[in-house]
Amino acid sequence: MNAQPIHFKPAEGFRARSKAVVDNPFLRQSFRGAMDFLMSKRAAQFPDAEELESLRTLGESIRQYNLGKLPTLLEQLEANLTRNGIQVHWAETPDEANAIILDICHARRARLMVKGKSMVSEEIELNHAAEAAGIDALESDMGEYIVQLAGEKPSHIIMPAIHKTKQEIAQLFADKVEGVDYTDNVDALIQIGRNVLRQKFLEADIGLSGVNFAVAETGTLCLVENEGNGRMCTTAPPVHIAITGIEKIVEKLEHIPPLLSLLTRSATGQNISTYFNMISSPRKAGEKDGPSEVHLVLLDNGRSQAYADEQLRKTLQCIRCGACMNHCPVYTRIGGHAYGTTYPGPIGKIISPHMLGLEATSTMATASSLCGACGEVCPVKIPIPDLLMRLREEAFSAPHANPAMVGQGAAYSGVISAIWAGWAAVYRSPALYGVVTWLGSRFGWLMPSRQGPWTSVRVPLKPAPKRLRDMLRERG
Amino acid sequence: MSARDRILAKLKAAPLLPKPEPDVAAWFSTHRRTEFKAEKAARFRHFIELAHAEVHTVSRSGWLQKLREVLDAKGIEKLLVADSTAHGEAALDELPRHGIECQTYDLAIEAWKTEMFHATPASLTAARAAIAETGTLILWPDAAEPRLMSLVPPVHIVLLDASKIYNTFYEAMQSEGWTQSLPTNALLISGPSKTADIQQTLAYGAHGPKELVVLMIGDEQ
Repeated sequence: MNAQPIHFKPAEGFRARSKAVVDNPFLRQSFRGAMDFLMSKRAAQFPDAEELESLRTLGESIRQYNLGKLPTLLEQLEANLTRNGIQVHWAETPDEANAIILDICHARRARLMVKGKSMVSEEIELNHAAEAAGIDALESDMGEYIVQLAGEKPSHIIMPAIHKTKQEIAQLFADKVEGVDYTDNVDALIQIGRNVLRQKFLEADIGLSGVNFAVAETGTLCLVENEGNGRMCTTAPPVHIAITGIEKIVEKLEHIPPLLSLLTRSATGQNISTYFNMISSPRKAGEKDGPSEVHLVLLDNGRSQAYADEQLRKTLQCIRCGACMNHCPVYTRIGGHAYGTTYPGPIGKIISPHMLGLEATSTMATASSLCGACGEVCPVKIPIPDLLMRLREEAFSAPHANPAMVGQGAAYSGVISAIWAGWAAVYRSPALYGVVTWLGSRFGWLMPSRQGPWTSVRVPLKPAPKRLRDMLRERG
Repeated sequence: MSARDRILAKLKAAPLLPKPEPDVAAWFSTHRRTEFKAEKAARFRHFIELAHAEVHTVSRSGWLQKLREVLDAKGIEKLLVADSTAHGEAALDELPRHGIECQTYDLAIEAWKTEMFHATPASLTAARAAIAETGTLILWPDAAEPRLMSLVPPVHIVLLDASKIYNTFYEAMQSEGWTQSLPTNALLISGPSKTADIQQTLAYGAHGPKELVVLMIGDEQ
């Protein structure tokens, strides 16, 4: 298990954090409105159910095919990127990834890094590591810029500032951006951000980005975005560093069109994003712009653990569209910050245990109604409900040798286990069942009126005074 | 043992679980319409206009006239052009005598980065091709027409030959053999820069161009 990142909030506080959001009508309204908006935009992009289903099947098969030969593809990607002049680095842990990135910064005596949107950089807490090393790491995606100004973390992987109203952002800009008066006109706010960040793109020594897809056969890094800040980060500064999880790889360029279509339509309900950026090398001789150095950092951080198990491997099919969050009744009510992890919502529940260990995340898998919406909308058919059941099993069953996951059995309780064993015994034996139900029907009045969380919103459980078998006997 | 070797060793120790190769070509052949030139141009235009781009259909000999009208309407007096391209040369020949200053991208960006960011109101580039299904321009920046031309100036004007519109992204990459020839940075552009990061309200001109103008060259009438 890796050391917990600085922003990680322990699972023990999950319930309290969730309650705080549920008790806040403004936040609830904000999340409800945003999720309804995103759900309807996605639905409008998939009017043909048959086409959607066949495209999901294709997306699933592309992801599974590529994961099926992941180690070979990583080697092929490395060889082709290197041939193209892109330097490849490997990191097992967030600390290793940060050290690699900071080494590149130090070699260039960098002071300012502009960052495109990258959840993997959130995962490794790059901003904190850069700050500690005296490097200013500035988020340039508008939503990320807003949450960074507020000293917060993204609450959604696609729309980081979805929890904030425009009035809050207006006040934030007035307080934190020099020379700015309060305005809640969205166009004016975007122009304020644009002006601040344009100057930074011009001055930055390093541009950092994530990667949506890495193509092994051509040695190409692909980025999906609407704002152009990703292009700025990968084009204007003299050095570009990309960071990605080891799973975001496809063998062939032809695998990209179906995945791109699924990604943009599922994420924001767009038939395509404004920009799709395919980077295959640093600036070549004779070219007049673009970075002279391009680096790729490949991060494991628990992904190889998920990879080792056939069922858990499906977690890695994810293309980070966020549709599972938008459709999740739990996420919609508690928002992203309550989870306390980099990735919130259903995908967060199934990927975070690999990154942080089950000790720290065992309660997450239980925060689900298992309604199945996340699995139904997943564009690459990750069976999220099945994986949640598996993680519950891993967390709550008795510790055993050779577990599939670090922290297996972390939530195991001898008392609960004994209760279920007793329950199973009663239901297996007709005689025992008869005795227990007889006792229950006679002594039901002994049941306490307060029964823990159950009675906080419900009437107490009390066995009926007559059993079904007694009633049938009376009826003759 | 390096991090690379440890990661690869862990992955290689996992069960292989090979899966059949997906048939992407078969999917596109049964799920995407194939259209003729005029229909593709109309579809391309529909989608890129939905994404807030401005499209003008022009003739092969009349695009410079339309370019002047567009610049005039927007009050733009300075245009960044690529002087070693045919369209850049044509603009250089035509525009200055109508009072429009043409700046060329003949130095490496380091020599004029501040000017690029602060004093370059518009640019003209060509598109290599386009995609009808999504209203997307395909740009292939190179030494003559560098990457930042389509990103930094607030107004980006693109010349597109309507005969180079493909039905789909897949068809474009397959027809042009991209796996053998990808440039430093290939781009798909589907409208001006935008964001909905503040309360899901759409705003244009987040970081890149605020306006995208397409001059689409159709057949000579």
